[in-house]
Amino acid sequence: MAAIKTSDALAAPRKTGRISGWFVLHLSTAVAALGRLSRQPFASLMTVLVIAVTLALPAAMHVVIKNAQSISASWDNALDFSVYLHTEVTLEQASKLADIVAQRADVENVTLIPADEALAEFREQSGFGDALDYLTDNPLPHTLVVRPGSANTEVSMGLLNEELGNLPEADFVQVDTEWVQRFHAILNILERAIMMGAGLLGVAIIVIIGNTIRLDIQNRREEIEVTKLIGASNAFVRRPFLYIGLWYGLGGGLLALALVGYGMYALAEPVSRLSGLYESAFDVLSLDFPESLIIIGSGIALGLVGSWIAAARHMRRIEPR
Amino acid sequence: MIRIEEVTKRYPGGHDALRGLTLHVDKGEMVFVTGHSGAGKSTLLRLIALIDRPTNGQVIVDGQNTRKITRRRIPAYRRQIGMVFQDHKLLYDRPVFDNVALPLVIAGIGHREAARKVRAALDQVSLLHKEKQFPETLSSGEQQRVGIARAIVSRPKLLIADEPTGNLDPDLSLEVMRIFRRFNEVGVTLLIASHDIALIDQLGCRRIALADGQLQVDEEEDVVAEYAERLEAERGQD
Repeated sequence: MAAIKTSDALAAPRKTGRISGWFVLHLSTAVAALGRLSRQPFASLMTVLVIAVTLALPAAMHVVIKNAQSISASWDNALDFSVYLHTEVTLEQASKLADIVAQRADVENVTLIPADEALAEFREQSGFGDALDYLTDNPLPHTLVVRPGSANTEVSMGLLNEELGNLPEADFVQVDTEWVQRFHAILNILERAIMMGAGLLGVAIIVIIGNTIRLDIQNRREEIEVTKLIGASNAFVRRPFLYIGLWYGLGGGLLALALVGYGMYALAEPVSRLSGLYESAFDVLSLDFPESLIIIGSGIALGLVGSWIAAARHMRRIEPR
Repeated sequence: MIRIEEVTKRYPGGHDALRGLTLHVDKGEMVFVTGHSGAGKSTLLRLIALIDRPTNGQVIVDGQNTRKITRRRIPAYRRQIGMVFQDHKLLYDRPVFDNVALPLVIAGIGHREAARKVRAALDQVSLLHKEKQFPETLSSGEQQRVGIARAIVSRPKLLIADEPTGNLDPDLSLEVMRIFRRFNEVGVTLLIASHDIALIDQLGCRRIALADGQLQVDEEEDVVAEYAERLEAERGQD
């Protein structure tokens, strides 16, 4: 301890002494709890590891979903519009229209599918080949497949959709978003399922920590008795156990982050190879800062709740005999 | 300081440890409670320390009726009383200094003030040089002195001791009793349960003998006077 002038000591009012005493008490209790854990490194590490894995599971799932959402969000903008033209529009007119549309800033390119080609393709793929022979005219219209530019937002996509539909030659415009919407719906369900799973795992963490603390309380029964005998309140004897719960939770949270981080690191290379194959620049999203805080925070909160329950349940019963 | 009024303590199973005991101890007295095991000595101390509650009657300590002290208030009550135990009840996972400091830590006393008080208490039991040692490395007598230092570190007005010399040889026992005597001289009230009649006679304090949960003998003045004479003589020799 640093040398303190006598005058300071005398000037210090009693109240600040109490508060600093309180602070020192908490600090020393926290440090002592950490010291106690470090004296049984293996057992402590095991508990921390179990908590970390339990926290890392939903966190990793969340990261997977988050990345899937981010990929599918980019798919939204890569969707093609199929502009079906009125049947009376000639191939020439359609070709001209294709050139006009292709010049729009929000359009990357336009492919014209002539009605004959479309029929040929349909004949080939549908298996109705023979039936189609009975048709006198080609019932299919010419179609423009419009690929929007990659800079489009959701709003400009909507606008483009509307303007294409308003073209006098256009019969109707189809955007094949249904499967993307289904994919989003599935992701939402998964996200919710993960949340529920995380809730259950949270309960598991409370039980794990509660049980560990319960054993610790039993092992220190004599110490608790003696401390109570010389005037310690329940809060005083409870405090070290709460700090142990806090350290478990904090350690578990940090290790969970490390586990997820390591997983991301291990996956980064294959993912970049895959996205290279698709010629897309896909950035893997990791846990952001608020998410990391949530994981650490829930670790601490669960640790405190678990130790609190154990302490409240078992401490009362330990009275000096 | 202590007023035991018509106290009965019946334990589950029907055993009466105390039966209508009435007993007064004044401020500044040093009183021994003797009797065979099972006579009710320990029960008496347990009632004073609020480890147990009387079945009937009143236990009034320093003006506080223990009946009115709720569970939540027990810790604050116990902090006013120093307690010494036969088996020391030290915490073996921490050094002597921390053991003695425990009551002060519980009371939330600042580090600097606590350190000063701990050293003062250890000095009184002549163990200042062993503050960094762990209790296991000390002899039984030294451990008991650590226990005494812990009991007096927060300067209680009342000190109760249950067989404090029960595990000590006669020389160490006398030493412990001398330490108690010194506290008594500065105004601490002491209530000591012991069956070491020879030692008590040597000290010559008020002696209360319990038998079967009742008061058997309460001998006072003459013995105290005798002790004073002997103390005089002892000092003359030193």
